[in-house]
Amino acid sequence: MIELEGLTKRFGTKTAVDHLSFQVRPGVVTGFLGPNGAGKSTTMRMMLDLDNPTSGTVRIDGKHYRELQEPLKYIGALLDAKAMHGGRSAYNNLLCLAQSNRIPASRVGEVLDLVGLTAVARKKSKGFSLGMGQRLGIASALLGDPEILMFDEPVNGLDPEGIHWIRNLMKALAAEGRTIFVSSHLMSEMALTADHLIVIGQGKLLADTSMADFIQQNSRSYVRLRSPQREQLLDALHANGFTPVEAGGGTLEVDGATTEKLGELAAENGLVLHELSAQRASLEEAFMQMTAGAVEYHAHGTNVHGADGQGVTAPPAAGPRWGDTTKGA
Amino acid sequence: MAAVSAVLQSEWTKIRTVSSTVWTLASALLVTVAMGAALCALLQSTFDDLSEAERATFDPTFVSFSGMMLGQLAMVVFGVLVVGTEYSSGMIRTSLAAVPQRATFLFSKIAVAGALALVVGLATSFLSFFLGQALLGEHRTTLGADNVLRAVVGGGLYMGLIAVFSMGVAAMLRSSMLSLGILVPFFFLVSQILSAVPKAKEVARYFPDQAGSKIMQVVPDALNSEKAPYGPWGGLGIMLIWVAASLLGGYLVLKRRDA
Repeated sequence: MIELEGLTKRFGTKTAVDHLSFQVRPGVVTGFLGPNGAGKSTTMRMMLDLDNPTSGTVRIDGKHYRELQEPLKYIGALLDAKAMHGGRSAYNNLLCLAQSNRIPASRVGEVLDLVGLTAVARKKSKGFSLGMGQRLGIASALLGDPEILMFDEPVNGLDPEGIHWIRNLMKALAAEGRTIFVSSHLMSEMALTADHLIVIGQGKLLADTSMADFIQQNSRSYVRLRSPQREQLLDALHANGFTPVEAGGGTLEVDGATTEKLGELAAENGLVLHELSAQRASLEEAFMQMTAGAVEYHAHGTNVHGADGQGVTAPPAAGPRWGDTTKGA
Repeated sequence: MAAVSAVLQSEWTKIRTVSSTVWTLASALLVTVAMGAALCALLQSTFDDLSEAERATFDPTFVSFSGMMLGQLAMVVFGVLVVGTEYSSGMIRTSLAAVPQRATFLFSKIAVAGALALVVGLATSFLSFFLGQALLGEHRTTLGADNVLRAVVGGGLYMGLIAVFSMGVAAMLRSSMLSLGILVPFFFLVSQILSAVPKAKEVARYFPDQAGSKIMQVVPDALNSEKAPYGPWGGLGIMLIWVAASLLGGYLVLKRRDA
């Protein structure tokens, strides 16, 4: 259990973390979501007592981090992948960490095996790729077999196989009753791994909710219809108490209806349908709307209409489309 | 509190598993011994050319330590790298997450590295002395002569303290490059030059290297050098104050600043 209370960090006049209060509970994967520059890493560094908070406290099982006896046995963290001495071998980097917390040296071999680095255990870590560095960082987090694990953007630099592996690892660790706290700026990644969600933007808490609730509240589901007999269809819908919305290209969108109900309605009225599909707005869009006002680094130059902050609600033009809008029909 | 013995063991592993430890300490030893030996050989062959005052105050012990002026730079590099690479590699965050008690972390590291520097410093000092005396021929002195043992042990202490002073400076500046950029020119140029400038030398003799090296002199005004307002142990005391100040500064920076 990690408890944050009014955690605040200011750098000069800029507030990076603004009165954050939340709890990270055991037995589940808690996702820590926010756009770049939202204060996720700063918050995590304060949780580990690396950065001093301007005000507020972090307690780990009721204690301050500095009061922990051999902290690696309580809490393991992956902050940045390359936080190791490059001239030292992977094995020796982990060995000096293990010794400082009286963790038996045999555990070093175990965690290297767990992350799949046994073959390069004696190689200097400066030659490691980003993905291997990430695995070494995860090995160091697991070293003390801790009850609490913190991962800052763990999928960065991992290949698809590695991403799959880390997702399963986090789920398995949570299933053992451990506290897992993982940050990301990708909603789709969180949707796949997290049970609970904490969203921040510009250092402020925007949401503290279960993943299921977040999906229910933020992903609008609706039915899309297209028909050559558009006027009759509109009449039929209105007559049955639906409020269709024109969505361009001759399509209609109906909230709060099922495809079954609308299909039957069209059949009763003898209407031809060219499209009848269930739609769901992506979580990524919901997340972007939630953090729109709190995005630190806006991308300028694309056709941003109107005032500041409006343009960011549009999906990024070139970026991959996580959680496609169409989810079956 | 993390157990101090565990942290000491961990720091020892850190030191022995990087190659810079071997090459810096080996350089310190070899450069000092070789340069001292060369100067002893030179003085032995040109002893008759020295002025009368210089011959009267000839200090064979001090002469055999001539290489320390250069060899100490390798000790500076060793001290700076021990602390500085924690920052340049980003290891500091991993290290402090494992040992969050700042004093335990920093002073365990400095104790282990300082002890190693002291051992190498003493080996350097004794080797320089014996090799130097062997080359000085009839002008040599022995370990049993007055104050000679104090000077030889003092030479080892001096080398160790220079390394520890550098560790404190690196902890304050949190960067190997910056620390080396300041310490190397300071010990190699600034301190040496100022000690030759009439007014400036009054100040320069209180610099850590100037004051600390007094302990290596057996003849107080060796080779016609000027009198210092402190004795050999007083000089070492001044150096110890510098070392204590750099360690305190390093600790306060580590405690206050974000890692």
